[in-house]
Amino acid sequence: MKRFSYIIKDEIGIHARPAGLLAKEAKNYNSVCILTIAGKSADLRKLMALMQLGVKKDDEVTVTVEGDDEDAAVLALENFMKENL
Amino acid sequence: MERYQGKSIYNSIAFGRLHYFAKAENVVKRRRIEDAEAEIVRYEAAKGKAIEELQVLYEKAVKEVGEVNAQIFEVHQMMLEDEDYNNAIYHLVRTQMVNAEYAVASTGDSFAQLFSDMEDEYMKARSIDIKDISERVAGILSGHTAKENIGEEPVILLAQDLAPSETVQLDKSRLLAFVTRQGSSNSHTAILARTMQLPALIGIEVRPEWHGRMAVVDGFRGELILDPGEELLAEYRCRMAEQKEKRELLKQLKGKENVTGSGRKINLYANIGSLQDLASVLENDAGGIGLFRSEFLYLEADDYPTEEEQFRVYMQAARTMADKQVIIRTLDIGADKQAPYFELEPEDNPALGYRAIRICLTRQEVFKTQLRALFRASAYGNVAVMYPMITSLEEVRRIKDISKAVKEELRREGIPIGDRIEEGIMIETPAAALISDLLAQEVDFFSIGTNDLTQYTLAIDRMNPLLDEFYQPHHEAVLRQIKMVAENAHKAGIWCGICGELAADRTLTKTFLEYGIDELSVSAGDMLAIRKIIRELD
Repeated sequence: MKRFSYIIKDEIGIHARPAGLLAKEAKNYNSVCILTIAGKSADLRKLMALMQLGVKKDDEVTVTVEGDDEDAAVLALENFMKENL
Repeated sequence: MERYQGKSIYNSIAFGRLHYFAKAENVVKRRRIEDAEAEIVRYEAAKGKAIEELQVLYEKAVKEVGEVNAQIFEVHQMMLEDEDYNNAIYHLVRTQMVNAEYAVASTGDSFAQLFSDMEDEYMKARSIDIKDISERVAGILSGHTAKENIGEEPVILLAQDLAPSETVQLDKSRLLAFVTRQGSSNSHTAILARTMQLPALIGIEVRPEWHGRMAVVDGFRGELILDPGEELLAEYRCRMAEQKEKRELLKQLKGKENVTGSGRKINLYANIGSLQDLASVLENDAGGIGLFRSEFLYLEADDYPTEEEQFRVYMQAARTMADKQVIIRTLDIGADKQAPYFELEPEDNPALGYRAIRICLTRQEVFKTQLRALFRASAYGNVAVMYPMITSLEEVRRIKDISKAVKEELRREGIPIGDRIEEGIMIETPAAALISDLLAQEVDFFSIGTNDLTQYTLAIDRMNPLLDEFYQPHHEAVLRQIKMVAENAHKAGIWCGICGELAADRTLTKTFLEYGIDELSVSAGDMLAIRKIIRELD
């Protein structure tokens, strides 16, 4: 299992479009990708669940990735978040 | 005549017939089905078709409103493929043996509810997206086409609510304006209306019986006026003709350079007083913002605006203008602009009194809060800072010390700021103009504030009508100072602009170009007329 933490910099937080793109990105991998914030979590592939976490700017989120391609997935997701959120 | 007050989304005026857009009465009936798996196959087919339709809409929107605004339809496609949403539908069909239409509508409602219960305004507004996609699938399943026919004559569209897909599907050539009851300025429909430059109002209790009546939509005042009288209509016709003329000018001049026949270029920037002005700044093709008056933040508040409040406003301006320069003037309060919580003592000569930078240098905590907000915002775009009411070298050096300390403080706290923040001063006192050679060594740019410069040079209070006969806006003393300031700026290798009323004076454009002025900052409405003059000069 791999994990990383990230502080959201985007002004409106995880809004519709990045959530959609994040879900798309996560679907490229077999690994299960979970985003956790303050005890609540959502599967990154599930766009609506992800939006419902209501992640805002300055929130710290943790992403855990587990599966046969977790090394590649964790790298891709971390880069995606840095660039888009 | 009846008047209704709403909230304006886009400042423009329209006059025409009202058309009430009734949502297709697509009441989904619950039916019991026998074969759940066959129903799910039906659902999947409808969903596939919906995704195809959304792709078509996406492509249409890319052409009409640009890729960034079209992305909502891509998100809609992704929402339709959301695992939880689909599982909820399968589950309903399989366990309750209900028809797919019902399962979709009911799942759509409950997911929409989850979003409207959220605290965040942005997320609340997403419930309409979920309803929109669910209605699309339910519509396909019941063999119903949602295309609203608004007839041949262009109309003002009235609706309780408009989904983004409905907005994009409407035939733009037949639309004059939107008026809706629901919606927020955050909604995608609002964003689309702004991009399409259509007057749009929200928050008006629209009624079906208004259908067919004539009305004016006044986006500047946020008003809907039913059956306006002839007199009022004549006034609006006049304003609409001006609006049309401006638009035509815009079409010809948009994207063109501010360059004379002989190749001399000048920057045309806009003056703004609040974030609401940004839309017309973009629309009129400003090269940047030459004067963002930050006073409104202080004048509209009951107490000192916090760093965070200020930061959000500056950041939004910086982001909206992307890489274009946004010059924000620090607090210019005092004289005729008063905020009670500053508790400024009444003065005999307020124009010569405790105002602007003089307040900032004596109440440094107020100044530092604003500078922190400004420098933080500089990480999000091309922000420049401008200091008003300068009279001496000493003042500039004190400002620079404070600015440097604030930047260091932010760096120590690990807060990102822009790599290169231009800091300039306003030249609006004869003292500053006369020592502009010295001041030019200390700053990155000058911006000449002609209103105060004229008042202080001629010793004439412009508010006093008795002095009108003595007031000469083109007084040689003012023009000589402008010329001298530009020359001193260039000798020191910095640029010099004008941001007062004279900047928009069409009879002086040629003179300013001859002086070598690098930038004129005018109100958005004057921008293209000045561009036209510049392009017609040799």
